[in-house]
Amino acid sequence: MAIPALTLENITCTFPARGARGTYTAIRDISLAVADGEFVSLVGPTGCGKSTLLNAAAGLLTPIAGQVTVFGETLVGVNRQAGYLFQADALFPWRNALDNISVGLEFRGVSRNEARAQAADWLKRVGLAQHGAKYPHELSGGMRKRVALAQTWILAPKILLMDEPFSALDVQTRQLMENELLALWAQAAKSVLFVTHDLEEAIALSDRVVLLSAGPASRLIGEFAIDLPRPRDVAEVSLQPRFVELHGAVWHALKEEVTKAHERADV
Amino acid sequence: MNVPTSDTSRPPLRRRSLLPWHLLLLVIVFGSWHVLTKTEVLPPFFFGEPLVVGGRIVDWFVTGKLFPHLGRTLLETLLAFLVGTGLGLVFGLWLGLSPFAARLLDPYITAINSMPRVILAPIFALWFGLGIWSKVLLGVTLVFFIVFYSVYHGVREVSPVVLSNARMLGANRRQLLRHVYLPSAMAWVFSSLHTAVGMAFVGAVVGEYLGSDKGVGYLILQAEGVFDVNTVFAGVLVLTGCALLLDWLVTLVEKRLLNWRPAAAGSGTQG
Repeated sequence: MAIPALTLENITCTFPARGARGTYTAIRDISLAVADGEFVSLVGPTGCGKSTLLNAAAGLLTPIAGQVTVFGETLVGVNRQAGYLFQADALFPWRNALDNISVGLEFRGVSRNEARAQAADWLKRVGLAQHGAKYPHELSGGMRKRVALAQTWILAPKILLMDEPFSALDVQTRQLMENELLALWAQAAKSVLFVTHDLEEAIALSDRVVLLSAGPASRLIGEFAIDLPRPRDVAEVSLQPRFVELHGAVWHALKEEVTKAHERADV
Repeated sequence: MNVPTSDTSRPPLRRRSLLPWHLLLLVIVFGSWHVLTKTEVLPPFFFGEPLVVGGRIVDWFVTGKLFPHLGRTLLETLLAFLVGTGLGLVFGLWLGLSPFAARLLDPYITAINSMPRVILAPIFALWFGLGIWSKVLLGVTLVFFIVFYSVYHGVREVSPVVLSNARMLGANRRQLLRHVYLPSAMAWVFSSLHTAVGMAFVGAVVGEYLGSDKGVGYLILQAEGVFDVNTVFAGVLVLTGCALLLDWLVTLVEKRLLNWRPAAAGSGTQG
């Protein structure tokens, strides 16, 4: 078997507990591998440490135990092979759309003109050719996500880490963005680790759905191969009987954890 | 610029230019001053007379007697402003990015900041003489802390998401400073510059007032020596005018450099 694009081995992450002494364990002993070109979704109840795991994979957070391997090499520092799409707005507010897309290339030492030329191309590809001179606050939520997508994608990362990137969008925009993501992903097979709390989104997009237990000390509680045919349309795929079947199976496994998370939150 | 044009359907009051009302208020204030001193309800000897004050200012400009003094004061202000802002920016970035240095220096910075620095003016005069530099230094000590605290807090409040994003996009430490911390801090710097300009002015004038051979503060001091209240007021008004002008210049630069920020509520440019 080929070397996986991303491997997480026995990852444990802790944070200093609030107020009291001691630590809060966000995730405990999680192992997960993403094959080259595979689309994996990470699903779990709110507060289960999904983002923590993603940050560990990105190298933004050093786990207290365990190691992250990227194409067979142990990760030290920031993951250079990965692009990260954040849940919150992460665009540079002082740069317009075009300069936001080109910024990664500039960081890598590409000349400004060359970087801007490539960025203009990407601006067109995400359908914002007319909006290059606008600043983030002048763009709609969906447009900002497109810019963020182009900003990440222009660097041609082999791995894409996505932290509920579309959760703030309305349903229509969201389905549009999900389809665009799938189209882009199909063009250049990348490995994707996609974090979401939305089961339907996870099933519609992924090759594999991985479930996390409720926090603290979340662990993996199951995984499901999604054998729906590709290419998919996220709006239509949910009508297929197989989708409904899978959704039922995953939801059954997840329900218990969601209930647990709620009970804990109530205490 | 985008001044709202007069419309048949009147825009809400807060969007209309209030200039006529501003002017009216000014006329009322000076009018009452004039009437009260003319009728000697307020003794003109202590309160001055607006017409005489105005005449003094016109006279200063016509004869050109004011210019060397005003030039000196403005030069001191400008130098204090530039040096203080530069130092504040550098130290603010440094301490904002280095938690150890920040914790080490914190009690000293707090102590120096709470010290009444105007008291230092005579010491600066001893060290640097009655010339320009003792005033500049006084202004710097006032400006520095305003800009320093703004930048320091600005750096610490950089959006962690933007920061993480920049790191994921491959920014090294220097690039983070140049492309994330600095632009983010600039918004804070500019909000402090309005106060900083005023403080630079205070430093210059107070410095002159406590001992100098030239400057508007010196003019005021001379006039006070002979109980010439009108000249004192004339000096104060000239200084006020200059401060307003400087503040307006800062706003102008701010608008150019911070055009990426959302417009203030109620004056959006988008339809």
